[in-house]
Amino acid sequence: MSKKAKVIAVASAGGHWTQLMRLTPAFSGCEVVYVSTLDPGAVIGNARFYIVPDANKNEKLNVLRLFFAILKIIIKEKPDFVVSTGAAPGHMAVRFGHLLGAKTLWIDSMANVQRLSLSGKLSLPYADLCLTQWPHLAALDGPQFAGTVV
Amino acid sequence: MIFVTVGVQLPFDRLIRVVDEWAEKANRSDVVAQVGASTYSPKRLTVYAQLAIDEFKKFVEQAEVVVAHAGMGSIITALELGKPIIIMPRLASLGEHRNDHQLATAAHMAAQKLINVAHNQEELLSLLDKVGPLEGVHRANPHASPELLNTVKSFIQRVDHRERRKATVFNKLSSVLNKIA
Repeated sequence: MSKKAKVIAVASAGGHWTQLMRLTPAFSGCEVVYVSTLDPGAVIGNARFYIVPDANKNEKLNVLRLFFAILKIIIKEKPDFVVSTGAAPGHMAVRFGHLLGAKTLWIDSMANVQRLSLSGKLSLPYADLCLTQWPHLAALDGPQFAGTVV
Repeated sequence: MIFVTVGVQLPFDRLIRVVDEWAEKANRSDVVAQVGASTYSPKRLTVYAQLAIDEFKKFVEQAEVVVAHAGMGSIITALELGKPIIIMPRLASLGEHRNDHQLATAAHMAAQKLINVAHNQEELLSLLDKVGPLEGVHRANPHASPELLNTVKSFIQRVDHRERRKATVFNKLSSVLNKIA
């Protein structure tokens, strides 16, 4: 295949986004489309970008809005890969990406020290590779450890 | 200059109030804070509700110390720039977050000597009084660990990953949507 692989990289604004940005060298040679909940500004250069509503499990209406926003992006872009560092938008992207035949990678936030995040736990069955950033959380039937973002 | 940040999603008045009262007492007018959804009105701090990423970085760069909640955006940005960091974790029992993951994050990062942790007003005040001698951890590398980068890279480069599974229905859906949009 001569076409560049298309990666959709998803993270909520704030800490999740900061962690995603530290992975960008791994995307070299790919077409990357970013998705976040706030405008990231100049850091993504000329890459294309979608903004989606933020949501957590307590905000049912926003969860619904986010659901349709992510579904639309995934159907439209048909990515080869979905990569996310969290949280709710990333989970939905991993789920829809999996449904549409993309390969999906979940990297749980470094903030989750005691257990995998809720969105990580929900993404586990749909992620082709699920990583934790804390070695003690790695498990045979769970996430793997392969280094950290810092 | 001291830079204070509590993210933008949830209020954290407990932290903002203590730093404000400390700045008043210490007669410091060079304390800048990104307060997000906090409702307390500081007397002494220069406040911003929400800073753009570039402005945020600029303030961290100028700061002699960064005071923050245990959010990864705040911690990583300060680490990247090698700044001393004082962290006060949000507590679920005080309604400051949905759960207590910030306590655990802070404990683990403090164990690696990356941050200084204050669990209450007294500990925060005593750390603020020590601002000068606090040392930062120099983190020149702006990227993830080589192991993680290689894992992500090889995941994306594996050829068989590029062979899409059949998703005919969705391909049709996609072309319909592209026509509408």
